[in-house]
Amino acid sequence: MIGRDFDVKRLPGFGAIAVLTVVLLYLPIVILVVFSFNAEQSQTQWAGFSLRWYAAALANEQVVDVSIRSLWLALVAAAIATVLATMAALATTRVSRFPGQTMIYALINQPLMVPEIVTGIALLIFVAFLKVQTGYSGMGYLVAAHAAFCIPFAYLPIRARLETMDLTLERAAADLYATPVQTFRYVTLPLLVPGIAAGFMLGFVVSLDTVVITEFVKSAGQDTLPTYMLGQLRRVVTPEMNAIATLFLALSLVIVTLFFMISRKRG
Amino acid sequence: MAGPARESHRWKWLLVSPALIVLLLAASGPLMIVLVYSFLSPGNMGGVSWEPTTEAWFRVFWSRDIFEPELVTLNDSHLAIFQRTIWLSFQTTVICAALGFPTAWFIATRPARTRMVWLFLITIPFWTNLLIRTFAIQEMIRGNGTFNSALLWLGVIDEPLEMMFTDFAVLLGMAYVFLPLMVLPLYAAMEKLDFRLVEAGYDLYASRPQVLWHVILPLVKPGFIAGSILVFIPSIGAYVTPRVLGGGKTMMLGNLIALQFGQGRNWPLGAALAMVLLVIVVVALIFYLRVTGAEERARNDRA
Repeated sequence: MIGRDFDVKRLPGFGAIAVLTVVLLYLPIVILVVFSFNAEQSQTQWAGFSLRWYAAALANEQVVDVSIRSLWLALVAAAIATVLATMAALATTRVSRFPGQTMIYALINQPLMVPEIVTGIALLIFVAFLKVQTGYSGMGYLVAAHAAFCIPFAYLPIRARLETMDLTLERAAADLYATPVQTFRYVTLPLLVPGIAAGFMLGFVVSLDTVVITEFVKSAGQDTLPTYMLGQLRRVVTPEMNAIATLFLALSLVIVTLFFMISRKRG
Repeated sequence: MAGPARESHRWKWLLVSPALIVLLLAASGPLMIVLVYSFLSPGNMGGVSWEPTTEAWFRVFWSRDIFEPELVTLNDSHLAIFQRTIWLSFQTTVICAALGFPTAWFIATRPARTRMVWLFLITIPFWTNLLIRTFAIQEMIRGNGTFNSALLWLGVIDEPLEMMFTDFAVLLGMAYVFLPLMVLPLYAAMEKLDFRLVEAGYDLYASRPQVLWHVILPLVKPGFIAGSILVFIPSIGAYVTPRVLGGGKTMMLGNLIALQFGQGRNWPLGAALAMVLLVIVVVALIFYLRVTGAEERARNDRA
């Protein structure tokens, strides 16, 4: 019967499925990356290592143009979202419940619950109306749409950080005659920095990933890297697209790794 | 005292209001406009004309004969798309659960160090671009993609299988991109599991399937429901994956909505369809909250 070496946590076959899952998750990505270095146009026949598709991608003015737009849009939107989310988190965490709090939570989390396509067409309608009324058709719409979409992602780690923060430090500052502003500047804010950094990074990655909302809000000439790729996928795809995707993946990987390291330190 | 308490609320509202204003302007407010637009008439060149009507809502489910407007039939093409959307989303959830449950269990039972590595491996795809992952699947299943080349080389098939632009392609793509959303909440539930209960099950001579069914599954049910909702909701609203892998003949609800704002030039119908999608999502969320709420109450009662 049940011997001494019987492992209650073991379920036969589950390990194999776990390995299979990870292989399935990575195989398509690995193949995509490998063939970005292929010397020939084929996506299946390996013809030797080459960086020609990276050279082609970087020489493609349109690709450079949309990449730069994506990056600064993500930076600006994530920065706005992080500032707003930090303020909102300070007002809704570690405080006694107040009327309207549930509504605030619902509003902050709304972009997480509503399908992107619905938000996308809602913004399409609203922006079309505003363009007619104001005559403005610049990047402001995309910045606002991305910032709103990033707020819940920035809010979550900041709130988590606030909730686990040691209250006695702030009380000690107050005991030492620090004003509330001084306490915030010299105690609360430095302690909150990892949460804010994590929130900013999540917001940045989310903005960089956003396709659907951008697709419906953008005006002519406001393509970002994802909407450019979406348009190109319909045509004959060359490994140039693999090269672009690989660079994009590498950027996401760096940010997510940083995020992991920051949130690991917290624990 | 009410006075100082009210005073302390004011700074809270001051701090949250910038975030709320941005959210109201660029997220929640426009949803209200969609609701209004769904009750208007389509404009000639897209847009709307301000004549109130319920025609758009009518056309979500029924269609009129062009020559005899009195002749009303069920809108078969819309109903087929609803059916495909729900069926594909359901299948996606089942596939993700079938792979996600054993994976999450395996990860949760690793020693702390290796557990972090596994978790990191699952989380990475979650944070990489959905479009790029869809593109990766496209490269796998294209006519001359990896899959077909491998099968041809192995001699399993004589000519490439046509997999792109089918329901299968969409299903494969969605299961692939949403799989991490199933693993992570399941893992969170299993991490907190009291393994003494599993041990007790074995001590009472339960077999492995019995322990799995009567002990483990009931204990991780909240994680299961959370994972299923997290997979089902983005599947129902999917747009990018069916657009890239599915094409015109295998549209899902998200693509049908987008179509009305493009070639369809019927903004009110698109708005009404978007509201239908929103209702499905809200129903799923309410179901989730009720089930998890009932679970929690039951647990508190037991305690």
